[in-house]
Amino acid sequence: MTEDAANTATEADSAKAEPPADAIPAKAELPIAAFDMPLLRIDGVAKRFGAVRAVDRLSLDIRRGEFFALLGPSGCGKTTLLRMLAGFETPDEGAILLGGDDIAQVLPHQRPVNMMFQNYALFPHLSVRDNIAFGLKRARMPRAEIATRVAEMVALVRLEGLEKRKPDQLSGGQRQRVALARSLARRPEILLLDEPLAALDKKLRESTQVELMELQRRLGMTFIIVTHDQEEAMTMADRIGVMDQGRLEQVATPRKLYEAPNSRWVAEFVGDINMLEGEVGPGDAGRLAIATKDAGTIVAAAPPDPVKQALVFVAIRPEKVKLSRRGPASDTAGTHTINRLEGIVIEVSYLGGFTTYKVKLDSGAVLKSSMANTARLDVDAYSVTQRVVAWFTPDDCVVLEQ
Amino acid sequence: MVSATSKISRFNVASLALGLGFLYLPIVILVIYSFNASRLVTVWGGWSLVWYREFFHDEAMIEAAWMSFRVAASSATIATLLGTLAAVALSRGERFKGRTLFSGMLYAPLVMPEVITGLSLLLLFVALDAERGFWTVTIAHTTLTMCFVAVVVQSRLGSLDRSLEEAAMDLGCDPARAFVAVTLPLILPAIIAGWMLAFTLSLDDLVIASFTTGPGSATLPIRIYSEVRLGVKPEINAICTMVIGLIAVVIVVASFASKLSSAQGESAAPL
Repeated sequence: MTEDAANTATEADSAKAEPPADAIPAKAELPIAAFDMPLLRIDGVAKRFGAVRAVDRLSLDIRRGEFFALLGPSGCGKTTLLRMLAGFETPDEGAILLGGDDIAQVLPHQRPVNMMFQNYALFPHLSVRDNIAFGLKRARMPRAEIATRVAEMVALVRLEGLEKRKPDQLSGGQRQRVALARSLARRPEILLLDEPLAALDKKLRESTQVELMELQRRLGMTFIIVTHDQEEAMTMADRIGVMDQGRLEQVATPRKLYEAPNSRWVAEFVGDINMLEGEVGPGDAGRLAIATKDAGTIVAAAPPDPVKQALVFVAIRPEKVKLSRRGPASDTAGTHTINRLEGIVIEVSYLGGFTTYKVKLDSGAVLKSSMANTARLDVDAYSVTQRVVAWFTPDDCVVLEQ
Repeated sequence: MVSATSKISRFNVASLALGLGFLYLPIVILVIYSFNASRLVTVWGGWSLVWYREFFHDEAMIEAAWMSFRVAASSATIATLLGTLAAVALSRGERFKGRTLFSGMLYAPLVMPEVITGLSLLLLFVALDAERGFWTVTIAHTTLTMCFVAVVVQSRLGSLDRSLEEAAMDLGCDPARAFVAVTLPLILPAIIAGWMLAFTLSLDDLVIASFTTGPGSATLPIRIYSEVRLGVKPEINAICTMVIGLIAVVIVVASFASKLSSAQGESAAPL
């Protein structure tokens, strides 16, 4: 994970705090009694395929109007979970409550949920207009209303003038927008998106991410997206659920997920990280002194819950590790304890916006550091074999027990 | 590059001409001789349509042609219905036990010698004490052609994305509706091609028909074959030319139909 992506995620958070502009009214509101309830409650849902537990007693609440991302490596069960929400798979155990009603056994065509498929699944024999109108005709909407709604959707995804084209006469990006319009046309309670941007190239993917976010905000709709691309999840989602082996490892905002992962697995899966193993020593005033094998004693901020184990891991993101020739002016007397580790630069990768360094510590362990290239002329650049001080504050460390 | 291509192409043209000549020269000769004015098949007596006129006055021959047409149309229709259902069951249904065996058995008639198929059907009809005629031939041809339809339709279904049906269900179709609204229009060209194939196969079958037909219900190939045994009349050439024409038309239509699979026509779905 890069600093850039983390910044984007932060901006996205603040942008979402604004009240949604109501361009198109959302679908009929739920009864007031359901006001306090989450829109969707997944309660102990399990699904096995033969001996494989695709989804393992998973529980999750999703609020109305939320943009939720399910993130995980391939085969972690995220697509199976999404398909259970759509109704294409039936859970072996547990309940799926939508607005208080269990829909776990309801057939796909009777759910107020629509899905955008990874390969779009546009009907090749129908025009753009007929594709978008497909679900509306099934809902027995009057003709005039269908025409209005289709026009509205076409305008929403900016496909004006292409209504009569067949899917094979469209570009990848246009097809993606038809698929989006088709799944939005019925104004579902929840829109499920299965890797919606995987087939687009990088530039188009980035602009589409922003469009999807704006759309979700404008419609005030609940989106659940499945992705294996963490940058995509962080850019778009209000909250991210990280999945592994059918379980949710952590559910948090992008910032919390990145800055305060709750396990080694999440810390290592999301972004890049330095992981140091050590034993907990004496601590005071919210600080823990951890005796690590590779980097001596590191002072880290104590986690909110008291540490139970003796053996812990100290996780530090590369961009929190600063390099300098002599280290910062140390303030040993005051409250600002700083961890200082000396070593030799062994690898430099210049990546434009930032440069990543690998520093070999005197113990032989390698520490990763990433620094923004804030000046055009390389005032702060370090070269291979140069001896440097890598430093970071206790607050930059996350202490993990598992 | 260009010269290399042209060098190869001279060889290609020669082999293509030889191949096509091998395949079509006998047919071309047959077609030319169908316009022969002479009574003798091997002697050219000038251009004439006399044998075509002869055919249209030969009631037994016309009756056989009509019989063949009826058998071909009805067996192709039944075979298309059954073959399509089998293909759908095999590629869309739940994984049932013995599915592989079932699909292998479905394709067995493709490679089964026709004599065996014909003989076994004859034994069956005799055992059932069924009166042999139009229906026995139709049933026999259905068993022969059904597997061809199933192969054509199943290959089309296999290339169809399953998520299309799921998308239809997601948008409010029950499974049956999803099949009618999305799958059927997309496999329709393959179904049409399958029907055409079944029709032509039935039209030119001699072996199975001769095993399963009864007195007074000879198909055209049987009729022609029995006439030829008494000596070839130029009238046979005229009939054969017309059959070739019919089959050519059907094959061209069938290939257009399967081409349509990729380039779909306007709004084919009965929404």
